[in-house]
Amino acid sequence: MLKLYETELSSRLLLGTARYPSPAVLSEAVRRSGAGIVTVSLRRETSGGKAGGAFFELIRNLGVRILPNTAGCHSASEAILTAKMAREVFGTNWIKLEVIGHHDSLQPDVFELVEAARILTDEGFSVFPYTTDDLIVAEKLLAAGCRVLMPWCAPIGSAAGPRNPSALTAMRAAFPDIPLIVDAGLGRPSHAATVMELGYDAVLLNTAVANAGDPPAMAEAFAKATDAGRLAYLAGMLEPRDMAVPSTPVIGKAVFS
Amino acid sequence: MSLFLVKGAGVAGLAVAYELLRRGEDVDIVDYQDTVGQGASFFAGGMLAPYCEREAAEEVVLTLGLDAADWWDQVVPGAVIRNGTLVVTQPRDITDLTRFASRTTGHVWLDRNEITDLEPSLSGRFEKALFFENEAHLDPRRALTGLAKTIRNLGGLFHLGWGPSPKKNYTAVLDCTGPAAIPHIPGLRGVRGEMLYLETGEVTLSRPVRMLHPRHPIYVVPRDDHRFMVGATMIETEDDGPISARSLMELLNAAYALHPAFGEARVVETGVGIRPAFADNFPRVVETGDGLAIAGMYRHGFLLAPAMAKQAAIRLSNGAALREEMIA
Ligand SMILES: Cc1cc2nc3c(=O)[nH]c(=O)nc-3n(C[C@H](O)[C@H](O)[C@H](O)COP(=O)(O)OP(=O)(O)OC[C@H]3O[C@@H](n4cnc5c(N)ncnc54)[C@H](O)[C@@H]3O)c2cc1C
Repeated sequence: MLKLYETELSSRLLLGTARYPSPAVLSEAVRRSGAGIVTVSLRRETSGGKAGGAFFELIRNLGVRILPNTAGCHSASEAILTAKMAREVFGTNWIKLEVIGHHDSLQPDVFELVEAARILTDEGFSVFPYTTDDLIVAEKLLAAGCRVLMPWCAPIGSAAGPRNPSALTAMRAAFPDIPLIVDAGLGRPSHAATVMELGYDAVLLNTAVANAGDPPAMAEAFAKATDAGRLAYLAGMLEPRDMAVPSTPVIGKAVFS
Repeated sequence: MSLFLVKGAGVAGLAVAYELLRRGEDVDIVDYQDTVGQGASFFAGGMLAPYCEREAAEEVVLTLGLDAADWWDQVVPGAVIRNGTLVVTQPRDITDLTRFASRTTGHVWLDRNEITDLEPSLSGRFEKALFFENEAHLDPRRALTGLAKTIRNLGGLFHLGWGPSPKKNYTAVLDCTGPAAIPHIPGLRGVRGEMLYLETGEVTLSRPVRMLHPRHPIYVVPRDDHRFMVGATMIETEDDGPISARSLMELLNAAYALHPAFGEARVVETGVGIRPAFADNFPRVVETGDGLAIAGMYRHGFLLAPAMAKQAAIRLSNGAALREEMIA
């Protein structure tokens, strides 16, 4: 079973809650995904410090664990403030830490990220950092107190799928005991299956589901792919074989040629 | 003949007042504002875009919205501009345009030259666009002023501004108070929409232009007097405080990306409207203690008010009117 900060979860899929056609569609997508955790953007759905009461109420009523995020924050201090607000609004120490370095590509600013992770951990938060696949950054995040890592596999919203599978493999090998969740860049269920086959512990999705033609159906498709990838990882997969190079002399060839 | 009270002179209230009067009923309309259409309706783009809206809305929004332009044309002659909608995107976001096309119907693809023919101001700025020929738009403020006039001509009585509310024996009350109904109607929430008006003589558009973007989609709706309504954000909150710096920046950035001349335009107005919405973002006629409410118009007030108003009027009107409607 997946264990994140002492909490056991039966689903390996986390779902973002932004940009669905309606809250009703969102609820249905969460239900059909079987997700045990949803992320919520505090910044997007608040203005002037006032929270989106009815929408947050709706999220609370989904009956799943809430992982507030700091999407839209561009500095450590901004992210820390947002995390504290999130703790107030949702009564949770969990925070998905996003510190964006570039407005356009939404690439994380890993320097500010590590700084914010350290301060938030000191203040009792359980930090889920959105990071790149860089191993040194990952080490610094762990040193800062993080017990989960959430690397991207491609830029947010790109739907490009795993751009650099060998970096993901290296990360898995480097941190065998840390839960690794692929956050950002997944476009289709096969992408989710691929990273799960690499041994990743879970995936986080938003755009790929929210912007699908039928979000609840796509949520279910991702859930199935995630489970399939996990099961395959545990079952042990065959490595591909290069059939172009014969491994033994071809006996039949001499006879029939 | 019965006497009805309509509470709220926004697009929903005025539309249902008209539909009741048309059926021969008597109607009083109250609003605590001094003029009609000062609520969420004041900030609307006024797009009658059932095909485009289908991108994120259920099929029923399309089917119920198809007749909206005809309805407005009939009740406020001259209000409707039938020039369609143009949908564009920055080259990098072209997949958003193909995705939009795959979710919608009623459009054709335009190339560079065809875009120039349609909107000379956008010449050379976009390689591809979607054109929704059968869509329309109107100026919400003018349309509601015109609709109020039509209502007065049909004998509707307005009680505007703070004052003693009329004490009469009403057959039923219609709650059309828009976002003010949120605390009273279960399941209703508010979705904040921020917008602004730009003024420039350097750009001319004949129809609403939507520019898709993964995070900040915008639209620009041309008005008279060189004005352009630029909208709109969608934020899950009932807070109706002034537009945020971030939203202002995003809207202006996007307008600038659509046409650099918007960078020199004057910002003549900014505004914030709260769209009342149910969880499925589809409006409803709901029963209240003393009548009905038309609630949850969301971002489809002008598009769906005619259909919702008819539905409410049919339910309230007497059996004769009901039969007549079914024959019509
Ligand atoms: C930025 C923005 C852009 C939009 N663009 C479009 C668009 O392009 N096309 C489209 O179809 N829709 C659009 N909409 C949606 C549309 O504006 C709303 O759906 C619609 O205006 C809601 O109308 P309403 O009559 O329900 O509410 P309102 O317009 O808010 O009217 C309610 C009225 O009730 C009055 N009132 C409140 N309480 C009381 C009371 N107790 N007693 C008496 N009177 C009361 C208020 O003063 C107000 O006049 C947009 C909305 C926004 C915010």
